[in-house]
Amino acid sequence: MGKLLLATLAVFLAPIVGGLIAGIDRKITARLQSRFGPPILQPFYDVFKLLGKAPMIMNPWQVLTVWVYLLSSMLTVFLFFMGSDLLLIFFVMTIGAVFFVMGALSTQSPYAQVGAQRELITMLTYEPLIILVFVSIAMVTGSFKVSEVFAYGKPLLYQLPLMFIVLGYALTIKLRKSPFDISACHHAHQELVRGVLTEYSGPQLAIIEIAHWYDVVFVLGLCALFWATSAPGMIILLVVTYFAELVIDNVTARMTWKWMLQSVWCWGLALSVLNLLWLYAG
Amino acid sequence: MSMLKDWINKGRLKSPWVVHFDCGSCNGCDIEVLACLTPVYDVERFGILNIGDPKHADVLLVTGTVNHRNKHVLKNIYDQMPEPKAVIAMGACGLTGGVFREAYNVVGGVDKVIPVDVYVRGCPPKPEAIIDGVVLALEKVKAKLEAAG
Repeated sequence: MGKLLLATLAVFLAPIVGGLIAGIDRKITARLQSRFGPPILQPFYDVFKLLGKAPMIMNPWQVLTVWVYLLSSMLTVFLFFMGSDLLLIFFVMTIGAVFFVMGALSTQSPYAQVGAQRELITMLTYEPLIILVFVSIAMVTGSFKVSEVFAYGKPLLYQLPLMFIVLGYALTIKLRKSPFDISACHHAHQELVRGVLTEYSGPQLAIIEIAHWYDVVFVLGLCALFWATSAPGMIILLVVTYFAELVIDNVTARMTWKWMLQSVWCWGLALSVLNLLWLYAG
Repeated sequence: MSMLKDWINKGRLKSPWVVHFDCGSCNGCDIEVLACLTPVYDVERFGILNIGDPKHADVLLVTGTVNHRNKHVLKNIYDQMPEPKAVIAMGACGLTGGVFREAYNVVGGVDKVIPVDVYVRGCPPKPEAIIDGVVLALEKVKAKLEAAG
């Protein structure tokens, strides 16, 4: 019963936390570029404005896909805070991501098509890494359950330091940060317009933004698993990780999908194999 | 329900996303538009974003002379923007056609093709004037919303 309450609470609070993280993200990014930056509540203003725009729907598919994306992201967060199975959570997350791409593919715009293809490639890049992270967590704790990680008693970071870096790659891609922001970068007007988001507008775009906040909360939750023993340690780990993401976002340029696939798979797989061998030998 | 409406109206005034269309400008105005994004002026502190997609935009910022060829493109971009929206014509050419107004291929100002809410004059206008123009456009949107209830 306590778990159910926690998970329900998490589903209600996640968009607020996700929006605040997005606001702080934009503020710190602006400061890193020696600008003043928007108010912390700016992402909420954006989303409320988008909810009030007149709908401009290309086809019914678009509406269905954004709702499935939102529901699957909400369910991901719900299952995570229920302490459920990591693999089940992963499949639920993937369904949402695929529907999001399907909505972009259902339109005629070449920019949405290119963005959707690139989004598929980014999924292809980060999904094996996330699965490897889950496998390594299962090797340490003996179970795929989130609740078992909290019951384990020792921080996973001691045994899985390299897997944390691998998760960092997945986090960067999932947050759409440079150098992996190839599918929907808002600086790439000439190249992509808005990539996979081009044909979504108004309320649909607002729903996508909210679903993205759920995703951010979920991926940060995954990072928190690496220091599940104490709340202060967890918060310090998340703050340091997110700040590192922002610095990487600001010091790197947008790269190509080939570079992303090569570098992320090479480094990700090499680090994973090293860490898993170390676990196996030790 | 009215609270949601209040939040939506607040969002409309605090988050104007601008799509910039160059109707054959000499690039003077366009460089001033981009100057607004630099750390010196930093329009993002007002929530203003330079966005590439008319379907996401709230404000259409037009520079340059409208001619018979690109007037269809201008109309098309305007039609792709969902309501509520505002249009800003910028620079001498955008307002009237400027020094090119008597050329055989020039239609004239932006307001000959689409309704314009705010005119920002200058050749080119200063970035401060452009920011003023966007703020004025927001006040127009607010007046429209209040009139509509």
